[in-house]
Amino acid sequence: MIWLLCGIVLMGVSGLAGLIGSRARDGGQKLACALILVGVTLCLPALLKVLAPTATVINWRWAVPGGQFLLELDAISAAFILPLLLVVALGAIYGLGYWRHREHPANATKLQIFYGLISAAMIVLLLARNSLLFLMAWEVMALAGYFLITTEDHKPEVCRAGFIYLIATHSGTLALFGAFALLGTGQPGALSWPAAASFSSPQAGLIFILALFGFGMKAGLMPLHIWLPGAHAAAPSHASALLSGVMIKTGIYGLVRLTSFFAEIPAWWGWTLLLLGVVSGIFGVALAIAQHDIKRLLAYHSVENIGIIALGLGLALLGRSYNQPTLVVLGLAGCLLHVANHGLFKSLLFLSAGSIIHGVGTREIDQYGGLLKRQPLTGLFFLGGAVAICGLPPFNGFISEWLIYLASFKVLNSPSGVLSLSLLTAPALALIGGLALACFVKVFGISFGGEPRTAAAASAHEAPATMLWPMGIFLLACAFIGLLPSQLAPLLNRAAAQWQGQDHPLPLSLGGPLAPLAAISLAGWILVVLLALVFWRLRRCSQGARRDLGTWGCGYPFPSPKMQYTASSFGDSLVRLFNFGLWSKRHGGRPDGLFPATSSFESHTPDLFLDRLFSPAFQGAAWLMHGVRRLIQNGVAAIYLLYSALTLLVLLALLTR
Amino acid sequence: MIGRIVLQLLILLMFAPLPLGVINKTKALFAGRIGPPLLQPYYDLARLWRKGFVFSRTTTWVFLAGPVVGLVVPVLACLLLPFGGLPAPISFHGDLILFVYLFGLSRFFTAAAALDTGSSFEGMGAVREVTFSCLAEPIVLFCLLVLAHGADSLTLGGLLGPQLTSFWHSPHAASLGIVLVCLFVVLLVENSRIPFDDPNTHLELTMIHEVMVLDHSGPALGMILYGAAMKLVVLGALVVRLALPLQTGWLIGDLLVFLVGILLLAVVIGVVESTMARLRLPRVPQVLVGTSLLSVFALVLALR
Repeated sequence: MIWLLCGIVLMGVSGLAGLIGSRARDGGQKLACALILVGVTLCLPALLKVLAPTATVINWRWAVPGGQFLLELDAISAAFILPLLLVVALGAIYGLGYWRHREHPANATKLQIFYGLISAAMIVLLLARNSLLFLMAWEVMALAGYFLITTEDHKPEVCRAGFIYLIATHSGTLALFGAFALLGTGQPGALSWPAAASFSSPQAGLIFILALFGFGMKAGLMPLHIWLPGAHAAAPSHASALLSGVMIKTGIYGLVRLTSFFAEIPAWWGWTLLLLGVVSGIFGVALAIAQHDIKRLLAYHSVENIGIIALGLGLALLGRSYNQPTLVVLGLAGCLLHVANHGLFKSLLFLSAGSIIHGVGTREIDQYGGLLKRQPLTGLFFLGGAVAICGLPPFNGFISEWLIYLASFKVLNSPSGVLSLSLLTAPALALIGGLALACFVKVFGISFGGEPRTAAAASAHEAPATMLWPMGIFLLACAFIGLLPSQLAPLLNRAAAQWQGQDHPLPLSLGGPLAPLAAISLAGWILVVLLALVFWRLRRCSQGARRDLGTWGCGYPFPSPKMQYTASSFGDSLVRLFNFGLWSKRHGGRPDGLFPATSSFESHTPDLFLDRLFSPAFQGAAWLMHGVRRLIQNGVAAIYLLYSALTLLVLLALLTR
Repeated sequence: MIGRIVLQLLILLMFAPLPLGVINKTKALFAGRIGPPLLQPYYDLARLWRKGFVFSRTTTWVFLAGPVVGLVVPVLACLLLPFGGLPAPISFHGDLILFVYLFGLSRFFTAAAALDTGSSFEGMGAVREVTFSCLAEPIVLFCLLVLAHGADSLTLGGLLGPQLTSFWHSPHAASLGIVLVCLFVVLLVENSRIPFDDPNTHLELTMIHEVMVLDHSGPALGMILYGAAMKLVVLGALVVRLALPLQTGWLIGDLLVFLVGILLLAVVIGVVESTMARLRLPRVPQVLVGTSLLSVFALVLALR
């Protein structure tokens, strides 16, 4: 455990190395990256021992009132830390090629410092077992996240995204202060956390609501996701990968950890999470389809995946309320595995999106095209990530979605009539999966297929090796979980047991809820082998074929790249299906007359909540307060004197009772 | 065990193109023509396999991956299904989800291969395919929930087991009937048949599935046609088993029931194609949403 702590400290201070070297060289950046790698390596031994019977704990005295430096590594924390370490290490290597000091002298040092700091803060947060320590790590993480988002602070849209993030994260933290204060009332070690499934309080409902607001804001559950699309689009790609792949999961961790304290779980907690999960999932992916900016699109997919994770957690909570142990294990295992999976494939997608942006120089999907010929490896990695995020076999996304499906099918066995409403999770998940597939067919097909739509896309170049290797390792990790999921079953099973406060997990052997994972891996291998064989055969017999002809244009002899289907036209028919909730804006586009003049068409889909609800509401509130201030602070000295006199009178009346 | 797997695969591989011939023969009969010979799909496949390839200069390896995945997925999916009296070779708790998602994988690569050509017609086909399928998937899940409720099992083998006969005689038979209708609609959508898509039209603008494979040639086109034929048999096996849950206990008898069922299904599809017009494109999502509501109704009936 002490090595783990050393690793965390090394990661936290790694960015300072950038201050030493000259700004014109990359030496400091390489040193910082090396420090992060050493830090990650130091953390690994403790994680490998997480399944051992004795718990790994550090308990130091701490001079802060109510505080206690109590760190503990259990299976739940480990399930979050493992993907974190991989994302942090690979992101740091990727940064060597993507955001070089030499090319970004103005902000590369800042990015490096806060990249290390946020990684260390997140690990501390995931290990902390004391409210004060947790909240301190939480704030360090939130603020470091702000500086990652505003790396390019000379751009106005980046500053706006950072500002919205700052407001959102602080409103969330305020709610968390409330939740943890209520958690501490009436127990001896007020700010230390209770053991799993031991806590009960008359204010449990209020604690849950506050925590749902605070943690949901960080996780990006649907009405609270307002900060997420802008922030993830604004940050550099490896920072986006860290924010989207790992940081938003701390919100999920908070919810998992907090709900584990309670001995009794009211049924409405699970229902609330299920509802929020369905809304986030369906509208997250619908908004993603409507996006033209590749990083905003990926950010909306984070909302969708958080929805899927919330579905798993919601089912597990319902299992606790209605006493269904298999439902708990499957739901929580699906939730935790999807947390790890999303961390892997979303980081892969953000990194390959960064590689595209590096090569083409724009984030607009409609300006790409034909990239698979120019960036063959990036294309392969992006394709792998896309298949994984759609939840298709043989990659990891399928495994976690399968667990959640299975949990919802398990509801059929329960005698309770109310619980059968949660059967709707399965069709909802199917709809989400179908829409995600449509969205990623669009992104992959439009960006990598066809002919280049612009000169920039035609002259795109492949990324350097420092950027390609991390993507390759992420793809391997996705395939590993997809093909050998039973390797993770003991960890998930133990996490589920710890979550409900049991000492002994359910048996993993025949009949245990996670047992079929081995059969899935068999099917996955058969699929991979068959695909490889048939592809190899077809490839070989098509070797001598003609490849010098144009695509069939239905008889039209002069096709141009501009005539290709675009991302907007691809998304349009799906966006129209969801127009009841998206309200896309469309301008122009209809040519009129016999000889129509040049006309233009544009469509864009503002965010459902930020642009339609919160922004107008806050602007209204600001206008109102402006008026009130003008009324009160009117600059007349006599009125100010009257205020002082009134204050004194009120104080006198209160104190002389 | 191994003998049975080989037998099941052989039945699928040998038998798959025949239902297409039956459909075409039925349609010809309705139109008062003689029609192509019953074995024409076999001749077509053999001819395509002997031909050479032609590739557009725009395409990459993804263009070839489409036919490969389209061929392999039905083969693997068939291993999860019981064919008549043969038990499913691969069967585990929750294999029904894998069955559904395997077809998602094939859709992903078919659509990606279509976009790889850079043709706007194929782009249109791709978006229509993914749109309609994402509306069809919830229907399948509702139907599977109803079946799982009746069977008290989460394997496809259990879902389509001998208890279906008693299910038909139970008060829940109505929900099973609705499920049968819903699955038949999904079968028509997924296999791009009339009224959702017309496999015979030669107008690129109106096609869905066929337009996505415009640029394929030779053996690759053959693999796509063969894969589509196998998909019809595999999805048809679900419908046939629901409609004809006879189990004699005698291997050859069960297989005969299954094969006759598939051919009957092909005749029904042929009748539907001959008597219905193709739906206008904007109508298709409405029909699918309506079918979803029908399947919700089936679930409510089953749970009551």
